[in-house]
Amino acid sequence: MSSGPGRVDVEVESKRPEEPAGKAHPNTCPGCGSHYRDDELEKTLRVCPQCGHHFPVRSRERIAQLVDGDSFDEEDADLRSADPLGFFDLRPYTERLVEAEMTTGLGDAIVCGSAAIESSPCRLAVMDFSFMGGSMGSVVGEKFVRACERSAEESVPLVSVSASGGARMQEGILALMQLPKTIVAIDELHDAGGAFFSVLTHPTTGGVLASFASLGDVVLAEPGALMSFAGPRVVAQTTREKLPDDFGRAESNFRFGHLDAIVSRADLRPTLGRLLRLFP
Amino acid sequence: MPSEAELRLRERLSKLGGMKLLRGTKLTGELARLQEQLDHLRADPTAEEIWRSVELARHQDRPYTLDYVERIFDDFFELHGDRGRADDHALVTGIGKLDGRTVVLVGHQKGRDLKERTRRNFGMAYPEGYRKAMRAMALADRHGFPLVTMIDTPGAYPGVAAEQHGQGGAIARSQAVMTRLSIPTVACVIGEGGSGGAVAIAVADRVLMQENAIYSVISPEGCAAILWRDAGEARKAAAAFKPDAAHCLELGIVDAIVAEPEGGAQEDPDAAARLLEQGILAALGDVEGLDPDERRRRRRAKYRAMGVLASA
Repeated sequence: MSSGPGRVDVEVESKRPEEPAGKAHPNTCPGCGSHYRDDELEKTLRVCPQCGHHFPVRSRERIAQLVDGDSFDEEDADLRSADPLGFFDLRPYTERLVEAEMTTGLGDAIVCGSAAIESSPCRLAVMDFSFMGGSMGSVVGEKFVRACERSAEESVPLVSVSASGGARMQEGILALMQLPKTIVAIDELHDAGGAFFSVLTHPTTGGVLASFASLGDVVLAEPGALMSFAGPRVVAQTTREKLPDDFGRAESNFRFGHLDAIVSRADLRPTLGRLLRLFP
Repeated sequence: MPSEAELRLRERLSKLGGMKLLRGTKLTGELARLQEQLDHLRADPTAEEIWRSVELARHQDRPYTLDYVERIFDDFFELHGDRGRADDHALVTGIGKLDGRTVVLVGHQKGRDLKERTRRNFGMAYPEGYRKAMRAMALADRHGFPLVTMIDTPGAYPGVAAEQHGQGGAIARSQAVMTRLSIPTVACVIGEGGSGGAVAIAVADRVLMQENAIYSVISPEGCAAILWRDAGEARKAAAAFKPDAAHCLELGIVDAIVAEPEGGAQEDPDAAARLLEQGILAALGDVEGLDPDERRRRRRAKYRAMGVLASA
């Protein structure tokens, strides 16, 4: 099938194990099939001690893993989505929003605020996949932009941790406009001399990858994180191409030059600490 | 009884009239155009009208970028290649004369027959296409040529090689380049404005949309497949996320709607081209006289303000 202008392609090897067949134990690692205990997994930062598989981390737990003590001071927690289109699919958007807030305890799919990492002050913008697939609508865009603006005002770097399926369909074209909106904010942060570090976690796809997440001064990703503009299913259905086993994964992106480093979860805090010290 | 859409547009008009920062520019032209569109807009488009736009935007005889280029620009010289590794035929760039001034054009390009469609990859660009676009934008900025973009794509190509070559990053960077340009920029959605692949070349001082074009966050089929779990529910999806020009104007995403000949642009491409040319010239006229820094400041402020929050 078509492999793009010029057709220069790279073969990749398969290293991912087969999915375990049949009924799996609920606490089965998708990476190696070993069983884990919830309390143990929390202690290992939700990384499988057997194979290093990185499980998803919610935003508040992620922040606790990264920042110094209780240095995190949340801002804009009160912002909520409107329903400008009166969107209704199988259920109304407003109902989905309320349900997401009830189940996650969050106002939307991003948590922003000031913090310190290894004693360096910074701004944090951490996405949460549990809130409507981490989708970016007006609230995510606005909170991210405000985080950029405060970074610029205070001359501290901004660190984003993304986990998102892309733009929020229920906000239609307004969701798409959050791409240029967040990009403008990074541009202004850069004009003010500010630094921006982007950490991509599983998954960062669609509109978030096609906007701020790709524009870090330094771009990092967690091992195994899917970071593709189009998801594997869409690519497989549209093109009928056979997908490489590491399609869109951090490792593939690193090989193709789209990442500065793949950083395991345990190394993330010290790595961000180093970067913050390098950008005084 | 005026519709809610009409009321919102009226409110927008009154705001425009009262805005200090717009004084001294050609605001009157802008107001007159909005007013004209307001007069045409009687009610929210119905689900049927929205779907008709989807069909017309994808009509096989609808004029494509190069059909407009040959009618609107004089002495058009196409620029090829991203200076990296390839020339993407799904996205064309070039230099030409528009009403006496040299401008740079960037636009998606679909094909008419099967062979040409394949060569143009159905208007779905690879990262190489967006890198070619960025090269053309940089050229325009260097020489002070206004930039005109034409958007007509189902979306950026979702393929293995496209991902390997950095599709997401290319789309992000192309938008970043457009937010920084100091030249006047006008984007025209002339057919399908499909998601990231469209907005990648649509961040402009003035964004125009043809009457029957669509501009959306996802295709109706894609949205239906995800939210309805059935791609066959595309009509319902389109009615829900409202990709039509009237809604995009109402939401402040586009600055003006460009009229099409009766029945759609495919009925009379020459007339459609004349109308589009008028729209582009009027839009350029709005922003050409501005100081470059002020123009960029306004462009950024426009995108900074996009989005709707619940009033706390």
